[in-house]
Amino acid sequence: MSKLSFFLGCIAPNRYPGIEISTKKVMEKLDVELEDLEGASCCPAPGVFKSFDKTTWLSMASRNITLSEEMGDDLLTICNGCFGSLVDANLMLKKDAALKEDVNKILFEIGHEFKGTQDVRHIIEYLYQEVGVEKIKKAVTTPIDLKVAVHYGCHLVKPTRERHLGSAENPTFFDELVEATGATSVDYEDKMACCGAGGGARTAVLDTTLHMVSNKLDHVIAAGVDCIVDACPFCHLQLDVGQTEIKKKFGKEYGVPVLHYSQLLGLAMGFTPEELGIDLNFVDNSKFIERIRGGAK
Amino acid sequence: MSDTIKTFKTSDLSPEFREEIFEEPGAEKITLCFNCTGCSSGCPMAEQEPEFNIRKFLRMANLGMKDELLNSPYLWYCTTCYKCQERCPQGVKNVDTLLKIRTIAVHNGIMLPAHKKVGQLVFNFGHAVPINDDTKEKRKALGLDEVPPTVHSFPDALDEVKKILHIAGFDEIVAEEEEKK
Ligand code: SF4
Ligand code: SF4
Repeated sequence: MSKLSFFLGCIAPNRYPGIEISTKKVMEKLDVELEDLEGASCCPAPGVFKSFDKTTWLSMASRNITLSEEMGDDLLTICNGCFGSLVDANLMLKKDAALKEDVNKILFEIGHEFKGTQDVRHIIEYLYQEVGVEKIKKAVTTPIDLKVAVHYGCHLVKPTRERHLGSAENPTFFDELVEATGATSVDYEDKMACCGAGGGARTAVLDTTLHMVSNKLDHVIAAGVDCIVDACPFCHLQLDVGQTEIKKKFGKEYGVPVLHYSQLLGLAMGFTPEELGIDLNFVDNSKFIERIRGGAK
Repeated sequence: MSDTIKTFKTSDLSPEFREEIFEEPGAEKITLCFNCTGCSSGCPMAEQEPEFNIRKFLRMANLGMKDELLNSPYLWYCTTCYKCQERCPQGVKNVDTLLKIRTIAVHNGIMLPAHKKVGQLVFNFGHAVPINDDTKEKRKALGLDEVPPTVHSFPDALDEVKKILHIAGFDEIVAEEEEKK
């Protein structure tokens, strides 16, 4: 059995706990042991913190990584933003001895030391590269007959130099994982487009970012899918809460269900929508849930 | 789009600003830009807001147009989707360079109030998005602990975070004007 420390970040535990519990349930079924990374903080949010001050960003990110080092485990994130922040900080500190020394001076004050012994993993690339599509297919008990719009998000694949996941313009690994559940990944216009949330943009210019996600939702609707499946609680929030904001501000209603991959996989493993928190989105998912009960699986 | 042509004197440009940007590893690659527009033409933010132009921003940076850049409201529009940086045939670090310019702005006291608030949340709670009552209910319904096992459940861990933020001078950066000094 492999073991990982489970880094929660902010948005999953504090807005979408369904993603947290679903991850625990599916990883257990796949024989991956998760241990909570107790006392972890915000990653910190790369857009805002890298913009503010690099030392702050690095020292906070490295503290989270040292907690994982102290447990002797690689760190698992379920969020593209956390992945972007932590994987970049980890690589930077492993490569740059002088930077590591600077950061360790700060960490020393709180009794930690960055050693560079562990890796940072994202649930999607981990499932693809370490668990494998075949093993996931075998763990599926109730194949899901749904048409899915896969949303990779940006920081799972970019910048590619530091990701090693092949093409950023036309990746397929996430689609393969989605199809392993029995679902069909439907192609849609401008599939790799950004949701608009990152870089502090959602905070800075909400309306403009809503127009961006609105484009995405138009393309998804045009493709005739049953739901969106994402890999990141922040994209998830922009896609889900964003729909309620678009309705309020611009009077346009989409009603598209948004699931994190852990929730889709959970359905295919026989868990109920309620056990996975699929009913806890800000968009009303009740029709979608009816459909699933009525035999989408 | 503005239809007036602005003129700049070379004495208005800041070579020091350019040097400061180049402290970011790879930022000096903006000198290799041959203006192909590959970055700006694919930018999803420019599609929404044409005034935001990453190519033009990096040109301005290379010229040392400090005041114009630091005070531009569009400095804060980039979502860091990295599409531009992936595309650039010259290996320009478009996003990393933009983030360095933002950092210089912040250290010159220029920051959006909404971003400052996020910084304050992290300093006070260790989370950019802290727990709320609605989510506590949802967590309970799912059989999770009401409060997650993060800094939210471990006061000592939150103290550690506050301490490193203090050492890095971050509390000063996000303090409200009247709290400074
Ligand atoms: S893609 Fe690169 S070379 Fe082309 S305009 Fe942008 S920064 Fe310059
Ligand atoms: S990273 Fe920023 S500037 Fe580059 S394409 Fe994305 S939004 Fe545009």
